[in-house]
Amino acid sequence: MNVKAKLFSYDLVDSPIHQLSGLTKLICFLLLTFAVMYSYDIRMILLVMLFAVFIMRISKIKFSQIKLMVVYVLIFVLTNAIISFLFSPEMGVEIYGSRTPILNLPGKFDLTAEQLLYSTTKLFKYASVIPFGIIFLLTTNPSEFASSLNRIGIHYKVSYAVALTLRYFPDIQRDYHEISQAQQARGLELSRKASFFNRIKNGLLIIIPLIFSSLDRIETISNAMDLRGFSKSNTRTWYTSRKMKRNDYAALIISASIFIAMAGVSIFINKSRFYNPFV
Amino acid sequence: MDLKPVIEFKNFSFQYHSQSEPTLHNIDLSISPGEKILIVGPSGSGKSTLGNCINGLIPFAYEGEIKGDLLIHGESTQDKNIFELSKWVGTVLQDSDAQFVGLSAGEDIAFSLENDNVPHARMHKQVWKVAEMVGMQNWLTSSPFELSGGQKQRTSLAGVLVNDVDILLFDEPLANLDPATGKTAIEIIEDIYTRENKTIIIIEHRLEDVLHRFVDRIIVINDGRIISNTDAHSLVCSDVLTKTGIREPLYVTALKYAGIKITEDIEPGYITTLQAHQHRNALTTWQASIEKPKAQKEKPSVLKVEQVSFSYDGIVKVLDDINFDIKEGEMVSIIGKNGAGKSTLSKLICGFEKQDQGTIFYRSQDLHDKSIKERAEIIGVVLQNPNQMISKNLIFDEVALGLRFRNIPEEEITPRVEKALEICGLNPFIEWPISALSFGQKKRVTIASILVLGPEILILDEPTAGQDYRHYTEIMEFLVEINKLGVTVLLITHDMHLMLEYTPRAIVLSEGRLIADTSASSVLTDHQVIESANLKETSLFHLAQLANISDGAGFVQGFIDYERKLKNR
Repeated sequence: MNVKAKLFSYDLVDSPIHQLSGLTKLICFLLLTFAVMYSYDIRMILLVMLFAVFIMRISKIKFSQIKLMVVYVLIFVLTNAIISFLFSPEMGVEIYGSRTPILNLPGKFDLTAEQLLYSTTKLFKYASVIPFGIIFLLTTNPSEFASSLNRIGIHYKVSYAVALTLRYFPDIQRDYHEISQAQQARGLELSRKASFFNRIKNGLLIIIPLIFSSLDRIETISNAMDLRGFSKSNTRTWYTSRKMKRNDYAALIISASIFIAMAGVSIFINKSRFYNPFV
Repeated sequence: MDLKPVIEFKNFSFQYHSQSEPTLHNIDLSISPGEKILIVGPSGSGKSTLGNCINGLIPFAYEGEIKGDLLIHGESTQDKNIFELSKWVGTVLQDSDAQFVGLSAGEDIAFSLENDNVPHARMHKQVWKVAEMVGMQNWLTSSPFELSGGQKQRTSLAGVLVNDVDILLFDEPLANLDPATGKTAIEIIEDIYTRENKTIIIIEHRLEDVLHRFVDRIIVINDGRIISNTDAHSLVCSDVLTKTGIREPLYVTALKYAGIKITEDIEPGYITTLQAHQHRNALTTWQASIEKPKAQKEKPSVLKVEQVSFSYDGIVKVLDDINFDIKEGEMVSIIGKNGAGKSTLSKLICGFEKQDQGTIFYRSQDLHDKSIKERAEIIGVVLQNPNQMISKNLIFDEVALGLRFRNIPEEEITPRVEKALEICGLNPFIEWPISALSFGQKKRVTIASILVLGPEILILDEPTAGQDYRHYTEIMEFLVEINKLGVTVLLITHDMHLMLEYTPRAIVLSEGRLIADTSASSVLTDHQVIESANLKETSLFHLAQLANISDGAGFVQGFIDYERKLKNR
């Protein structure tokens, strides 16, 4: 199988993280995300980021698997920082209530220590949340993911739709690859030689066949599901759901502690969502 | 049998809302418990519609108007929904890949139990029990990618058996299987039939393959009507098969060629029951009378693959030291089971991937530095599913696409497209939207859109997959026409009939190595090659054995030569 086709797809490796139940991982993921999203304390955020890297190590995720994703995330985060600086260069000053210019630039675009701290904090927030997302996606079997969504109260039809999407992602990627090659053989130009507009137009020439061949797939799978009683009752059980084990409780306790610590630091020490070294 | 019928159609008609004519007309059919029934018919005959009426997909997923009655266990299906019916009728659809709902064999088997809210512990117990029934208990955690075609079939079967249904309906179970897996599938069905005492209905157009094992009755459907309802022996003796365009077993064709009258006393329904020994003389006389074709003059090489090796990840060699030489104007099959490296080979030839070692020559010119686009003017590739290639609404635009990409002036495009469409017999449809075409016609459109670029070599991936005999013949005869125009044709396939009838030469790959490059008749009679390429011996070979003809391969080759003469190729 092509290595490219494995991007974003659940991998059958065995690690302590893979062995956690899907429900545990979902709850931990949510707790950690909320914790990091709530707090603007760069010290805590850096700690969580180290924790994320550590977990990624344990779950045997290889850098090559996530390289492309990391590049995209970096581009996104950096653009985000630059654009928010361009639109409101004094955001940091407003938040921290002081102004310490480091670099005088023309117009209102002075670079202040406050802005630098604010932007860096935000950057690391993304950099610590996204690894958890990646870990979650790569270590959770899509069916188990569906069953855990269902267990936290989301209707099983929605959960199953999510799982099927994840599950067919590699297939559709493979289709895309095949169609694009066949179209290139006919002379379709997808490289930078074509203008931006033409590249979009040419992209359509791959998307249309992709949609039609995916529709065939959907018809078959939905017939197969109907014939075996999908959606006949309001609830369903899950073959892949796992019993909570000791490690699951441990993971939940760790995540909950991090959440409480982050919230506690904000409320009792910083007395605000922001850590302010400027006062 | 005077048992109460388990399925009973009474003057049953059905018309899809989207169609102007009924698909099924006045069907009367009753099936007794414990019967094994085969329903055959060409594409569009209504045989799948009949199946969908039994399992409830009609009217649940496909709406339409029903007249007359369909009773299952004496109860009208009109009052039942698809979920109630699924407790009685278990359906195994074609394409065990596409219907694999779960992410592992165990999960797939459990699917209908999950929907029934069976508690976790009991579910695992039940899944284990059913898996044992079909011999899958050691594979419960395997993902579909790790399972063989036969194992996927077993999984699908277990997924419906888990409901303890008493009727099993197989909708074209052989459609996407290679010959060896297809044979296994028929054996699995037989096994469940004899051990579990179920009523079995198989819908299929590949008659000979299903008759690998015994069936009680064969129902022939054509144009929405039942035109024959009898056992295998008498069906093969009648002219129903030829009239409806269903391929009769190959050994029966051979017997007819030899001038032997097919009667019920030679039990011709199955190769295993056939009494052929008394016809030995007629067969040998016929074989001796067949003219050997004159040796063709050696043509120059058009595509040469030399010591080519390739690996996607640098560890596992997908292709290992492949060598062959295709001559101008040849028509060659490339065969091998899934994962043998067939598609990778075609990707290397087209330049989608680059080989790690070795050279590919087009007429003594190394292709290494040619781009995909440049190679496309020499080598055209047609994907298996036409929906994967078609991106325009109108036939003309679709065929013109490749030329427009090349910025060829519009006044030159029109005549070239018209010519390609004419070759492909699509001229009457030139203004039509593609969505109005049949599958076979769409296939032609994709071939036309490649031919318009003027390639000298055409590579087709499974050109006849899922097609019935009539469409199969149409597509293949069309390819023969193109071949006669001088285009070299490479076919990636596991259709044994195609090999026998259309390609004198076959290249066999197994686990990345080339294990045979010889005549189709030698491939299909060589036990070792058959085994490693997931093929099966042709029934012509069995016929030769039954008639004590020692040179089996010679007999098969004789048949090929005779047919080629007959069809004037």
